[in-house]
Formats: sequence, structure tokens, C-alpha cells
Amino acid sequence: MAFGADRPLAMDAGVLLAPWQIAYQTYGTLNAARSNAILVCHALTGDQHVANIHPVTGKRGWWETLVGPGRPVDTDRFFVICANVVGGCLGTTGPASLNPATGEPYGLDFPVVTVRDMVRAQALLLDRLGIDNLFCVVGGSMGGMQVLQWAASFPERVFAAIPIATACIHSAQNIAFHEVGRQAVMADPDWRGGRYFVDGAKPSKGLAVARMGAHITYLSEATLHRKFGRRLQDRAAPTFSFDADFQVESYLRYQGEAFVERFDANSYLYLTRAMDYFDLAADYGGVLANAFTGSRTRFCVVSFTSDWLFPTAGSRAIVHALNAVAASVSFVEIETDKGHDAFLLDEPELFATTGGFLAAAARARGL
Amino acid sequence: MSEDRAAAKAEPSTPSAVLPPTARRVDLLLVADMVERGARVLDVGCGDGALLELLERERGVDGRGIELSREGVNSCVARGLSVIQGDADTDLGAYPDDAFDYVVLSQTLQATRHPRQVLEQMLRIGRRAIVSFPNFGHWRIRLQVGFAGHMPVTPNMPFAWYDTPNIHLCTIRDFVSLCEKADIVMERSFALDAGGSRVRVDAPWWIWNLFGAQGVFLLRRGGVPARRP
Repeated sequence: MAFGADRPLAMDAGVLLAPWQIAYQTYGTLNAARSNAILVCHALTGDQHVANIHPVTGKRGWWETLVGPGRPVDTDRFFVICANVVGGCLGTTGPASLNPATGEPYGLDFPVVTVRDMVRAQALLLDRLGIDNLFCVVGGSMGGMQVLQWAASFPERVFAAIPIATACIHSAQNIAFHEVGRQAVMADPDWRGGRYFVDGAKPSKGLAVARMGAHITYLSEATLHRKFGRRLQDRAAPTFSFDADFQVESYLRYQGEAFVERFDANSYLYLTRAMDYFDLAADYGGVLANAFTGSRTRFCVVSFTSDWLFPTAGSRAIVHALNAVAASVSFVEIETDKGHDAFLLDEPELFATTGGFLAAAARARGL
Repeated sequence: MSEDRAAAKAEPSTPSAVLPPTARRVDLLLVADMVERGARVLDVGCGDGALLELLERERGVDGRGIELSREGVNSCVARGLSVIQGDADTDLGAYPDDAFDYVVLSQTLQATRHPRQVLEQMLRIGRRAIVSFPNFGHWRIRLQVGFAGHMPVTPNMPFAWYDTPNIHLCTIRDFVSLCEKADIVMERSFALDAGGSRVRVDAPWWIWNLFGAQGVFLLRRGGVPARRP
């Protein structure tokens, strides 16, 4: 969906972005009352291809466990929309898009993006699609931040909200991890101050290292131990070299290499930054509850026991803030050893609870 | 969080764990009977959500729940109930004053760490509280302690002393004197015998304390008389 110079995106950085466009996918059918729309918000390295074959990787949709016919977010019943975030690299305007002022990609001239900007862009898309109210907004991690921002910025447009494995503030530790990732990208000589597009180079090494580091934070010690332990990769004994002797090394290298094929390095910088800047309470006088005052949205907050990137305490803080304004909230902590990534994986408890919550919300909405 | 606290959290203190299902049923119906139609209700220690479901279906209440056990919470939410994983001792403080018409604590008081604070919180966030608990003054319990010389195990409290979640057991008389001390008004009260029938309403307190297997109380704050919701 393209927005011309007359419909700029007002960004927190104080910039009017124009022209700009937002790429999205939809699944299912919008009902006559336009009341059955569910917006799915994707995470840091996700995209709009929630439940279809990915055009670049050829892999299945990233949330087919939750979204699809007969799944908790049932595409036979609901009209599901997912859009690539602003600053992303899969069709929505971002640092790799052409800057009309220069005729070459924005690079670091792209304005810094915030979670609020992402939500504002999604709201403009929904306006254009003629969808005033969302039945539900759902997302995990950075997607969960967008869910919370939606509930705070547009409470009257959100009937139900499911923030999963997320927090209302990005912790110092998480900012620290992101900074290591960004420094890895910037330390790659092929990054060239963000202007790697000029001569067709790509800071693949740096971005791969960033992904390897980040990937560890999405897992847990228990998962790493179960999947890899100290097992060696296609060899009987250590080679006394810096080869990928261990399976876990080989796995991380593969994750890094696969990632650079589908993701833009500058986008990675911008989107990690957007998460770093996320502090919902700060916009409401430092009191998180004020973000939800008078909210009639029904919330279902979900966390995972082994998620150390977005621990349960962060979800509990959201729940306490919602309780403080007597909002309708359900909160489940799901037992799993799969770490932060659990929200993307086959977790029956996640499906049972979100499915039950959505069914009850649909009854309340008259769907 | 200290280690013993973590261990305590892991212990189930759900009503369903504290009381066998049949005994809880009777208690549920009595509690439901005290709740006005369409009221806002918080069920603290809501277990598998049986009371909330009953209240929503029969009384059209706007119901919320808090439950300690993960399994309990997940089964409630999966059935569409508005329930959070949390702890009566620590999570009531987040709610504003008068957020609910009724706050229910069914068969859970004796499993809390600070029963008095929990009661006071309930009556801060709710205009009324409904509390039920097993009566430690029941004659069978007195016999077991007094004559057999061991900690009591009854249908209402089916746990050995070393693995019971019940850490603050009290008698009906004890509870009544706590209410007096904390300036809590008892609007209605019942004692149920072991079979779940009500002990004679006009019987004196000592009869209730001896023959009541559990006590059920509708409470409000002292001082100003509250309006009916």
C-alpha cells in the first residue's frame, strides 16, 4: 500500500516520511460488519509472511503454529492482517528503500524508528483498508511491544490484545545485547558507514555475528544442552583448531549465514534501536498504569518460564498495571524450557490459552 | 525471592487441592447465593474456575480470578475465564480501592502467609468479601488432637502435617475474633456440618464452632455501613 507526499508518516524523530509504503499480507475474509479483523505484529526479524510460503526463503510462514485454518487465530473465522514494520526490509519503507531526495537508498539517512511509528503506520494502513476497529492485536517480543502500544495509543480501536513474551520497557541487559549486535555490524569493513549499497558490498560477516549472538538469547541453556550438549560436528575428536568442532558452533554459524540472505544490515540496526527506545510508561508520566486508564480492551498476557530475554517479571508488571486500572486481564505463564523462542514453537498450552481467550472474546464481541 | 519463598510458590494452594471437589461444591453454591446479579467479582484462589463459571452463568457477574497454580490458570483461561497467575499474599495490592463488589476467598485463607493482611486487602479492593474456610474447632479435629494425639486429617483437610498447604488454620471462633479486632463487620455467616448442611442458624457460636466443618462469611468494612451493590 503506497502513501504519497500528501499522506506522510509523522515519525517520533520529528520527520515526515513521504512517500512511503507498507507491505502486508491478509488471510481469511473480512465480514460485512468489518468486526473480525485480527492484526498480527511481527518480531524483530519477522515479516508479513505469517502463514504463507516465504517468497525469499521458501520456508513456511513464521507463525503457522498459531495462525491458520482451525488454529487459535483461525483464518476461517477471522480476517488476519500482518504488515512489515516501518524500517523493515521486506517491502515496507526502510533504510534500504530509495531516498527520493538523493535517488539512492536512505542508509543511515533514514529517520530512527520507534515502536510508536510502527503502530502509527499500521493504523494508517487499517484506515486505508476501511477497518476502524480490530477484534484483536496479537504479537510476541517486539510484536508484543506493538500490541501494548496499540492498546495504549488506540484503546478504542482494540477489542482484545494478546502481548506474548514481551515487556513494556526494554531492559538494560537487552539494550546491551542489541548494542553488541550493532557493533558487530558496524565493525564489518563492508558496512562502510551504512553505505554498503553503493558498490554492492554487504556486511554479511558482521550481521551474521550479530544474529549468532542474538540467537543465543532466544534459546535457553536447557535447550542448547538438549539439542547439542558438547557433541562434536561430523568428527570423532576435537581438531585442535578454530573449526566448528562443536555442533552448537556449527548451528550458530548456519543461523548467521541463513539470516544474512534474507535481512538487511541497516534494518537490523534500526529495528533493534526501536526496541531499545521502547518505554511505554515514560510516555505516561512514568506510571505504566496511566497508559491503560479507562481501557476496555480485554488483555491476555503470556510469558514463558525459561524466557530470560523477556522474563515473566516483565509480563507481571504489565498485569499489575492493568489491574491497577481494573482492566480485564488474563495472564498465563507457560512452562517450557525453550526460552524466548517458545512463542514461535509448538506449545500446546499457548494454543489452548490463546484459543480459549479468543473464543470468549469472540462471544463477547458477538462474532 | 528467597529459596523458601520460591518453594512455597511452587506448592499448589488451589482450593481444589485444599478441599475435595464435593465439599467445595456445596460451598460454591452458598457463595454464589450471596452474590448479587451483575456484580463485579474477584475470586482469589479460583482453582479450576468452577465458581467463576457458575457465577458468570447463573448470576451474570463480571468475574475475574487469581490463581497460584499454573495448571489452574491455564485451564481457566483456555475456558475463556479472565484469570491471572498470581498470589493472594502479593498480588492484591495492585488493585485500586473498590474495584470489585465482592472479593471471594473460598477455602484459601488458611493457605495464605498473612491472612489478616489478605482480608484487609480484600475489603479495600472489594466492597464486600466472602470468605470460607475449614473450621479447626470441629469436634472431630478436637478428638484427633486431644485424644489420638496427632495432627488431624479430615475430608476437608486431607493432608499430612508435613505436606499440607494449610499453614494458618483457625477455628470459627478465632476468625470471628479477628474480624472484631480488624473492625470487619459480619453481614451474614453460616457453618456447614461435615455433610455440607447448614448448622442451625439460631444456634450459639460454641455450637457452630464444635459442629461446623467449615465457616462461610459475608463481610464488609466496619465504620460506615455499605450500600448494597
